[in-house]
Amino acid sequence: MRLQLKGVTKRFPGLVANDSVDLTVAEGEIHALLGENGAGKTTLMNIVYGLYRADGGEILLDGSPVHFGSPRHAIGAGLGMVHQHFMLVPVFTVTENVMLGIESTRRFGFLDRREAAQRVREISQRYGLEVPPDAVVEELPVGVQQRVEILKALYREAQILILDEPTAVLTPQETEDLFEVMRSLQEAGKSIIFITHKLKEVLAIADRITVMSRGRVVGTTTPGETSEEELAAMMVGRAVRLRVDKAPADTRGPVLEVLDVVVLDDRGQVAVDGVSLTVQAGEIVCVAGVQGNGQTELVEAVTGLRPIASGSIRLLGRDVTGASPRGFLRAGVGHVPEDRQRDGLVLDFSIADNLVLNTHGSAPFARWIVRDDEAIRAAAQERVAAFDIRTLSVEQPVATLSGGNQQKVIIGREFSRPIRLLVASQPTRGLDVGSIEYIHERLVEKRDQGAAVLIVSVELDEVLALADRIAVMYRGKILNILPADTAEPERIGLLMAGSLGEGEGPGG
Amino acid sequence: MGEPIGRPPSDGEGDLPSTGDTVPQEEPRAAHEVEEEVLAAGAIVTTGRGGWRDSLLVPFLAVVTALVIGGLVIVFTDEDALREWAGFFRDPGEALSASWRVVSESYYALFSGAFGSPSGIGRAFVSGDLDQIRGALYPLSETIVAATPLVFVGLSVALGFRAGLFNIGAEGQMNMGAVVAAAVGFSMGYLPGPLHLVLMIAAGFAGGAVWGAIPGFLKARTGAHEVITTIMLNFVAVSLGLYLLTTDFYRQQAEPIARPVEVAFPHLFGTNLRVHAGIFVAIGVAAAVAWLLNRTTIGFEFRAVGANPDAARAAGMSPTRTVVAVMALAGGLAGLAGTNQLASVTPSLIPGFASGLGFDAIALALLGRARPAGVVLAAFLFGSLRAGGRTMQAVTQTPIDIIVVIQALVIAFVAAPALVRAIYRIRARRVAGPDAFAKGWGG
Amino acid sequence: MSVVAGSVGASTASLRRARVMGILFLLVGVLIVLVFGLGSEGGVVSRLGLNPARAETLFRLPDLVLPARSTAFLLGAVCAFLGGVQLSRGFERRVNLVIAIVLVLFVFAFLTWAARDRSLSLLGMLQSTLLRSVPITFGALSGVLCERAGVINIAIEGMLLTSAFTASVAASLTDSLWIGLLSGAIVGGLVAGLLALLAIRYQVDQIVAGTVINILALGLTSYLTDQFLQRNQELNNPGRFQNVPIPGLSDVPILGPVAFDQNVLVYLMMAIVAASFFGLFYTRWGLRVRAVGEHPKAADTVGIRVLFTRYRNVILGGVVAGIGGAYFSLGAVGRFEEGMTAGRGFIGLAAMIFGRWNPIGAFAAALIFGFADSLQVKLNILRVGIPSEFLAMAPYLVTILIVAGAAHRVRPPAADGKPYLKE
Repeated sequence: MRLQLKGVTKRFPGLVANDSVDLTVAEGEIHALLGENGAGKTTLMNIVYGLYRADGGEILLDGSPVHFGSPRHAIGAGLGMVHQHFMLVPVFTVTENVMLGIESTRRFGFLDRREAAQRVREISQRYGLEVPPDAVVEELPVGVQQRVEILKALYREAQILILDEPTAVLTPQETEDLFEVMRSLQEAGKSIIFITHKLKEVLAIADRITVMSRGRVVGTTTPGETSEEELAAMMVGRAVRLRVDKAPADTRGPVLEVLDVVVLDDRGQVAVDGVSLTVQAGEIVCVAGVQGNGQTELVEAVTGLRPIASGSIRLLGRDVTGASPRGFLRAGVGHVPEDRQRDGLVLDFSIADNLVLNTHGSAPFARWIVRDDEAIRAAAQERVAAFDIRTLSVEQPVATLSGGNQQKVIIGREFSRPIRLLVASQPTRGLDVGSIEYIHERLVEKRDQGAAVLIVSVELDEVLALADRIAVMYRGKILNILPADTAEPERIGLLMAGSLGEGEGPGG
Repeated sequence: MGEPIGRPPSDGEGDLPSTGDTVPQEEPRAAHEVEEEVLAAGAIVTTGRGGWRDSLLVPFLAVVTALVIGGLVIVFTDEDALREWAGFFRDPGEALSASWRVVSESYYALFSGAFGSPSGIGRAFVSGDLDQIRGALYPLSETIVAATPLVFVGLSVALGFRAGLFNIGAEGQMNMGAVVAAAVGFSMGYLPGPLHLVLMIAAGFAGGAVWGAIPGFLKARTGAHEVITTIMLNFVAVSLGLYLLTTDFYRQQAEPIARPVEVAFPHLFGTNLRVHAGIFVAIGVAAAVAWLLNRTTIGFEFRAVGANPDAARAAGMSPTRTVVAVMALAGGLAGLAGTNQLASVTPSLIPGFASGLGFDAIALALLGRARPAGVVLAAFLFGSLRAGGRTMQAVTQTPIDIIVVIQALVIAFVAAPALVRAIYRIRARRVAGPDAFAKGWGG
Repeated sequence: MSVVAGSVGASTASLRRARVMGILFLLVGVLIVLVFGLGSEGGVVSRLGLNPARAETLFRLPDLVLPARSTAFLLGAVCAFLGGVQLSRGFERRVNLVIAIVLVLFVFAFLTWAARDRSLSLLGMLQSTLLRSVPITFGALSGVLCERAGVINIAIEGMLLTSAFTASVAASLTDSLWIGLLSGAIVGGLVAGLLALLAIRYQVDQIVAGTVINILALGLTSYLTDQFLQRNQELNNPGRFQNVPIPGLSDVPILGPVAFDQNVLVYLMMAIVAASFFGLFYTRWGLRVRAVGEHPKAADTVGIRVLFTRYRNVILGGVVAGIGGAYFSLGAVGRFEEGMTAGRGFIGLAAMIFGRWNPIGAFAAALIFGFADSLQVKLNILRVGIPSEFLAMAPYLVTILIVAGAAHRVRPPAADGKPYLKE
């Protein structure tokens, strides 16, 4: 089946998300849709899938125009989409998830789970998609959940598959497996639209590449005709600067010492499994790894948000094991949390209040229990200027700011108090290029002022750009700690997949 | 790069943390959509940025609409009016005028019972006769007397709302406050009056605070939802009160009535008018609560925990401790309502002492938008309904329970401003506010 | 997320819990011996009746006659033994079953003690346990139906109350209990429709919406009672559904008189428990409902109408609560009284939580509440020396204990209480 978009336009108040986009996906083709965060790729695919309605232009399937009012229509026409956030019911089994909406039933609407499971097995064999039909989805690894999503589309006999950033959550090995599956689907005559912002993957798998930037198609090319540098330039519109200018680290003694720490996750499973790590004053240590390998729990442990099951944590030589979040704050730990809207900000509060969220109780912002609103406002105005937070007034609710400016509020708050250790988790996730550069510079600046900096990131590029030392985490353990200047990306990638050295395959 | 219009959609699905969906361009939303969503999420308790339309117009229209529907209920449950309606096609005019008669009589009685008749008051003042003035002001005095305990219980629920807690237990807390206050009130008559009164107030506060702290503690330690535990504790408080009334310490002779307290708030305008100094205490306490919430670090933590407990915890606050503190304080406020009643119109603890006030309290907090000043205004409105309702029942035999119906309608409309807007075709204005307590059972 | 299940820390936590449980069992055993054993005079017997009050029954069982003191000693010893086993070896996964056994032993020891030197109809207790659990079960089922689709229903109390009123009046007016039942069910559905409208269409906070409805129901029924029923008693005199013994089954000893010699509403309850259980977990309908309650967006993308499903389930839940309301006036009391539901709707919610949003679990939980309720009545009659006011607190205290104990360990439907917004 052939998909054609002609002049598709989608406007949202204040911006044009898709500006007259043309795109053709041929039958049996793997077509990469490449672009930065915010380039309009997902919006475009949501239009194709019937989730949004276009303001202009048309969509053609095998040459005839179609209008999808809802995903149901798109599915009916042979489209399938694997969303970035899986559309799976976590407590259902694989079979239940796959058959949901087009269930096999016996008399009186009773489910025929056996028949459905049989079909699931058939499809998974045909395309090499290994899934256990009776397993509960939430107990499966992310890579397998993704296969369930693909299977769900195939179960509905999709001819065109849209994969939205499918590799964001996968290890390099799992990514390879996914590419295998994509190739076997291609052989079966399916078309695949592969949304991504990762250049290497595009060159590895795509037949054709369409690059989007700021809502427009910048160009279409093939892997043979282009290079990483050229694609990057097309994507961003200027040469990308991945390296951050920084002097070699000038370390001045340990600040954070983590010793044999074990941390349990919400379900009582071991998430951090005997990690030891030291961060010195004046250096940046980055924890690299695929999402969900215990980094979140490690960060929560070294900020006091999650109790540790065993081991010890020392700050500046003082044992702080078991201290409260407040204890860690007082000891000089600054925290830029992974989920800034959940853990970092009170969205309904003003910028000024958010800037003093963890210092509001002490001088100069309060005397005894009485707040000094004047001092709070004055300090807020100062910081809004110092940290380039774009807003009309410090009294605005922080919810009205863009993601980048919200992150700057948190940075502004944490950097304005005397901290000895900064813990930043995914500090630039979801931000635009300008904000990313700004935040990287401030992190290095903090290091140069003599703070110890611990950064957790799943973006390998970010890790390589910022780190003085790189700790790779896999399944709750730190496999190795490498000096950044000699670390090769390939080696780190292997470690992220759990491979310790040559000849040793990834576990599991 | 467009600025996002409102709070980006919170992303609850899946186990995976979001990657990039907070970028404004990826998932932009139409302005009106965002508006609707924010409206819906923050419809209950706004934090003070709504503008006059939302803080005054909507509650006003809610009250008006509730009165209109209440009027319809009165008509369609009035036997005379119903008889005329049965003959509607024969004489539609008579049906309508009979209905009008029933409603206007009821509501006139309600109004004059709450505020007195304007002409009567005017005449009384012209005459200059003190007794006559007092007589004319009697309804107003009754309104204030009825409003006073409502201020306390309303504040109790409002305080909980601001910290993200739904305290349905004001009734039980009021009962327990009264139980303790009564004990102090009738057993320490040897103390000098003012000291005795202060001690009784403190006792009432403490009794309510303990009763409120229990669900707070349960929530903090076990995650038990306060809506269920506070309701259950209301029933337990009633039983406990009934039991105490059978003990020799509380009982007076054989009646199921406790011994009367031996101290009371001074009357403001002589003993003929029941209005008493409790109203000043109530307004003072409301001011104190407002100060606590808005001007102190403690209040800031309460509000932060209410708006986002995760961020509050990460910022070094203790949501669990806050939950216990807020519930204890809320319980104490409700306990003050019990004390107020003992020290004024109901000196003896009796069964059913606080019945219904817990639900009124929720209505008051919602109508007052969880702000102390709003609660005071709402309390006067409800006080006037209560005082007027008694007159209405006496004059027109319309049962006073219609007041409860009207109050419930008021909350429904206040809680669903979209409903009021739909009725009156008011254009929606953006109000941002905390998604106060749509948190499910997880705690 | 995909982290290997380690066992270091997890096992220390569960080990501690296991120890606590063992010590608890031991303490219960000691308590039984000390209080109920030594609290009974030697040689005194307790007589526990196992036959229905009506004389004509196929099989007559002899009454259980037990020496009060030695029974307590024996039961206490068993508890202590279980505690010892738990401490030394551990019951591992079956510990929940053992908890239940210890609880039953404790209750039995208590009953033997309370009935010492007297006779207590054990069968009567079981009967009243079931009867008192009926409205709670209906309430809990109503909650299950709504919350499985993702709408919190805290308005069960209000639905029970309104339909109790309606059923009584409708049955009195038409002289037909069946029409009364039907009207109760319909009005329950209508009240639920209001909840659905507020919660789904206007996206009012669902707990606030439910509370509004509860207040409205209390006010309206009280108002209408004052306005009409007090002056016209004939409007509130519906009579009651009579017991219909099921031939054959009702003659089975113990189970027969308890479960199969009841009125039609009790049978209806059993049928709805079974139907909603199989419906939710074995049919297409149930799969879709649960998908909507867990992950509405996922359901939406495969073509399931999320909002429609929610409306339908909330209204269905209202109908079930409506039948429960009719039970108050037509099944139990035979008239409507102001505030007659006395918090049963909220206890139903607690039963729903404790029963993990599963109809059968909810029914089992409701039976526990029913037992606490019937126990307090029985103890009142037996005059065990506890003031009746304290006994009356029992069902409410049990609710608090159970909600506090279960809240951490149960998992509500993931989208429970969250309005669904289409993009």
